[in-house]
Amino acid sequence: MTRLRAEDLTLAYDQRTVAEGLGVVIPDGSFTVIVGPNACGKSTLLKALARMLKPRAGAVYLDGEAISSYKSKEVARRLGLLPQTSIAPGGITVGELVARGRYPHQRLLKQWSAQDEAVVTDAMRLTNVLELSDRMLDELSGGQRQRVWLAMVLAQETTILLLDEPTTFLDIAHQVEVLDLCADLHEEGGHTLVAVLHDLNQACRYATHLIAMKPGQGIVAQGDPSEIVTAELVEDVFGLPCRVVPDPETGTPLVVPLKRQRVPAAESLTAL
Amino acid sequence: MSAPARERAAVRGRVVRTAHVSFRVAERAVVVCLALLAVVVGVGLVTLTTGDFELTVPEVVKALLGQGDGASDFIVLTLRLPRLVTGLLVGAALAVSGAILQSLSGNPLASPDIIGFVQGSATGAILVIVLADGSMVQIGAGAVVGGVATSAVVYVLAFKQGVQGFRLILIGIGVSFVMLSLNKYLITRASLSDAIAAQAWQVGGLNGRGWEHAQVVGAAAAVLLPLALYFGRRLALMEMGDSTAKGLGVDSERTRLALIAISVGLAAVATAAAGPVSFLALAAPQLARRLTGSSGAGLVPAALMGALLLTAGDLAVQRLFSPAQLPVGIATGALGGLYLIWLLAHEWRRGVAR
Ligand SMILES: Nc1ncnc2c1ncn2[C@@H]1O[C@H](COP(=O)(O)OP(=O)(O)O)[C@@H](O)[C@H]1O
Ligand SMILES: [Mg+2]
Repeated sequence: MTRLRAEDLTLAYDQRTVAEGLGVVIPDGSFTVIVGPNACGKSTLLKALARMLKPRAGAVYLDGEAISSYKSKEVARRLGLLPQTSIAPGGITVGELVARGRYPHQRLLKQWSAQDEAVVTDAMRLTNVLELSDRMLDELSGGQRQRVWLAMVLAQETTILLLDEPTTFLDIAHQVEVLDLCADLHEEGGHTLVAVLHDLNQACRYATHLIAMKPGQGIVAQGDPSEIVTAELVEDVFGLPCRVVPDPETGTPLVVPLKRQRVPAAESLTAL
Repeated sequence: MSAPARERAAVRGRVVRTAHVSFRVAERAVVVCLALLAVVVGVGLVTLTTGDFELTVPEVVKALLGQGDGASDFIVLTLRLPRLVTGLLVGAALAVSGAILQSLSGNPLASPDIIGFVQGSATGAILVIVLADGSMVQIGAGAVVGGVATSAVVYVLAFKQGVQGFRLILIGIGVSFVMLSLNKYLITRASLSDAIAAQAWQVGGLNGRGWEHAQVVGAAAAVLLPLALYFGRRLALMEMGDSTAKGLGVDSERTRLALIAISVGLAAVATAAAGPVSFLALAAPQLARRLTGSSGAGLVPAALMGALLLTAGDLAVQRLFSPAQLPVGIATGALGGLYLIWLLAHEWRRGVAR
């Protein structure tokens, strides 16, 4: 049995239908990565999986029960989500922000137990922000800030983590740093990770399970990246003619765009 | 997992922990709250002891305990105390109302007197004065109904799709001007005596406020302030955006609706009791936030700051400008405004303004 899955989802905002008939199974203990061109509904799918968006039809199941049947805090104790954008509250220190991740575990009279403190400290140590704990969040660099947000979600102590573009706005070194951290969480922490990533090669390198989405068609492929990522799939999903070769470092699929393909290359820029 | 050998705490603050209760509070916020409380008590004592008829502190205390002589009993319990209590409650209610709106919208301009709630209350009150020649209680009820109705309009127009601070302000200012025009129109169409009564109500202030006012605001505050504090933690989480708050287990739509209802209720009742008091709901939370330097809505320091500003302002207009009975709104506007300008200018010079 998988802890998180969705059956026959129709996702829509008011009038606008984003995707229909989505079936998703997030394998337990996997590092699942969702890829697809802009606006194909990746964030929308993640929101539905985290119960932030009510599906127009179909249902999401968490631990065998419809996710809509849980209390808000109960969902937050089982599944953590890092949204694509969060607003940093003014005047908050790193430690205070991470501590907010404990909210689903706290009660009116029990707002800062020894357990809360220990978990927050661990989350900050793991993400390497413990030294920053008294610094103001708005004084930090983008990479540091992203690690702080990750620490907040980790402080939620959920085994399932949904991360919406955790590497956007980071330079390549910080992207790798955050992804390595995710891989550690997955391999050593036993977390189930679901992340939206933009870079196909990073997705292939880190994912144990890949979900490819296409605008208007929903999910077009899911499975082990080594098995599903082919030149045909990339051309179909992103409209990018390419070769797929083994990554010299890891052996995972490496997508290399064909040379001198001016028009499609320009398209891929807007798609990425 | 117990922290090994007392390393530096990961999150600063004073921690109180027993078997069933645990809290962490920022030390500076506690110090600021205690200091504000001390000043409020000081202002209260000065208010009760000074005036046309000077009393000593022991005389006032005796009167408060019901053991004073006839004259000091009357002065303290009938004249000065109800006005003071009304001021404390109205100030706290307005400040918390403003703090909630500012926090929800992420914009310091979101306060009930800017986005039309107070002007709507005035419309309700003036309607009762002009159309029904209502009693004090009926006028107050009119103010509450007017404030709630206006805020419902603003809510439907601005808040439905989530936190959109700027949109709320613009729509609120628009609604506020419509209500202001309506108020002026109503007054021009009223009889002279109604127009004078409406004008007097619109000027606001604490002159002649008795126990009936204190009781109404007190009852509303006794319900709404604890509720506001209860929702305060969720309010802090909602500052990070709907998605983040939901991710942490906050039902943001319901929480937002509840918080707005609390904010509207506090502003409407405060306005019903004291008329439109300008600037306090905007300035008090901002001042409190800057003094405590902490994140979150900071409802307790805001409430104390509001109570302080209003009672200090009222004391100033009573003592400095007597016998002219200036409305307290003039003093709160001047005091709070000047202080806020000074603070902001100061911060900008240090380059830390947010
Ligand atoms: N809150 C919203 N209201 C209306 N439409 C939205 C909203 N969020 C996203 N959309 C639309 O839904 C589609 C999918 O968006 P999204 O899931 O954010 O795409 P992705 O994350 O794959 O880039 C887009 O066309 C977008 O414009
Ligand atoms: Mg997205």
